[in-house]
Amino acid sequence: MAATERDEISGQATTGHEWDGIKELDNPLPRWWLMIMYACIVWSVVYWVLYPAWPLVSGYTKGVFGYSSRAELAADIAAANDARKIFADRIAEADMATIQADPKLMEFALAGGKSAFGDNCAGCHGSAAQGGKGYPNLSDDDWLWGGSLEAIQATIKYGIRSGHDETRESEMPAFGRDDLLEKEQITQVAQYALSLSGKATDAVAVNRGAPIYAEQCVDCHGKKGEGNREFGAPSLADAIWLFGNDPKSVEAIVTNSRKGVMPHWQGRLPDTTIKQLAIFIHALGGGE
Amino acid sequence: MSVWEKHKIFETKSMVLLIGTLITVSIGGMVEIMPLYYLDTTIEKVEGVRPYSPLELAGRNIYIREGCYNCHSQMIRSLRDEVERYGPYSLAAESMYDHPFQWGSKRTGPDLARVGGKYSDDWHVAHMIDPRDIVPGSVMPGYPFLMKTPAWSGNIADDMRANRMAGVPYTDAMIATAETDLQAQANPDSDGAEAVAERYPKAVVRDFDGDPEMVSEMDALIAYLQMLGTLVDFSVYDAAGSNLR
Repeated sequence: MAATERDEISGQATTGHEWDGIKELDNPLPRWWLMIMYACIVWSVVYWVLYPAWPLVSGYTKGVFGYSSRAELAADIAAANDARKIFADRIAEADMATIQADPKLMEFALAGGKSAFGDNCAGCHGSAAQGGKGYPNLSDDDWLWGGSLEAIQATIKYGIRSGHDETRESEMPAFGRDDLLEKEQITQVAQYALSLSGKATDAVAVNRGAPIYAEQCVDCHGKKGEGNREFGAPSLADAIWLFGNDPKSVEAIVTNSRKGVMPHWQGRLPDTTIKQLAIFIHALGGGE
Repeated sequence: MSVWEKHKIFETKSMVLLIGTLITVSIGGMVEIMPLYYLDTTIEKVEGVRPYSPLELAGRNIYIREGCYNCHSQMIRSLRDEVERYGPYSLAAESMYDHPFQWGSKRTGPDLARVGGKYSDDWHVAHMIDPRDIVPGSVMPGYPFLMKTPAWSGNIADDMRANRMAGVPYTDAMIATAETDLQAQANPDSDGAEAVAERYPKAVVRDFDGDPEMVSEMDALIAYLQMLGTLVDFSVYDAAGSNLR
């Protein structure tokens, strides 16, 4: 190596290279920068010792702390469950009346129910449980399958036409698609159904629809259109119509039938959460 | 000559620097990547995970084509808030037949790793046609055309063959019946419907889009969405490993 050459102005040594007359000062790296780099190297060695780091032939170094993200999660969830335990255990055991009688328990149930509703139910029933076309409003007192706490809980747990073994299940015939009624008869029976809530537009059709209703619809929807919760048959006598109460919508349902599906939540949500949800929904205003 | 003097060779000879860099990077790569191929803990196989049925695979292709992954992740992290909202954290094995995986990294919409069974088919149809019909605050685009386009099926068998090359254990029988299986999964009354459920355990056989006339892209996409995260039975899954087959 050539003897180190010093720059005249700064007195600093050069690297000894020369490119087209340009030389480079051989400044050392800043001390603070070097120190940080060495500190990082030391830290990485400490990390290897404390945390999982190196792969081996049939495993890996687990580290002194024995950290695992799965174990950490399990501990987090256990801690959360512990914190909820005083109320959650009582909710799991108590019957609905007891829960409603205890304001603190009720408060806990409602808070848990509200948060679970937002995550799981709002997608269909709306963020304020107001429902939508095809998805029942849960804050009114019109219930397809029953509005008692027990009935609501069963609906959430097993769903409606959900494929669960204990699901609520029923099917309205597709009177038009399966050729059970003529097109004209469908118009008439739809008019009759609408007349039960005073929405009919064609008095002649209503009269003709009456015998068809008595023959085909009465078993589920009732003589006065009061509905039947055993089959989830909606009341036709009120102003609440899940799929619309204009003649066209009603005719479409008589023709093709409609069957809403609600998923079952057993298995997806813990039983305590389902109970909290039932209490929350019951308390929205329409609970029986 | 000290060690530092010897280091000068890297600083002054560019080819030596290049080769030295390549060697260093390969060592890092080998240490990080190779264990993934032989360490049992990184390649756990979990009971229940199976290759996609042809209809689900077609749906997955639509999912990728429409860029759903840009807004939806399929990866529930092992954090308490995620597990409480979405369900059990995702397992590596659950995406072992995904080529490429759809984990995503951005959640403009919610995570979909366990969306299967969470909503009804009707909900999915209405939501795909116009998300704001169902969720007023949604910013998701509508995909009404999916109802009108037949499910991409002309070469679903080829797609399965390509997946097989990438390591998905499709059998010859599965590939031979791909086309009929695809149609049958959306036609519960058809002859082949039972065979689909037999070949692909837990496969849901339904008329997903409510239109029995045609197996549409909507059918395929909903079939895919309704199976996401449903294959592993978490009531018996044990993170410690007894579930491994």
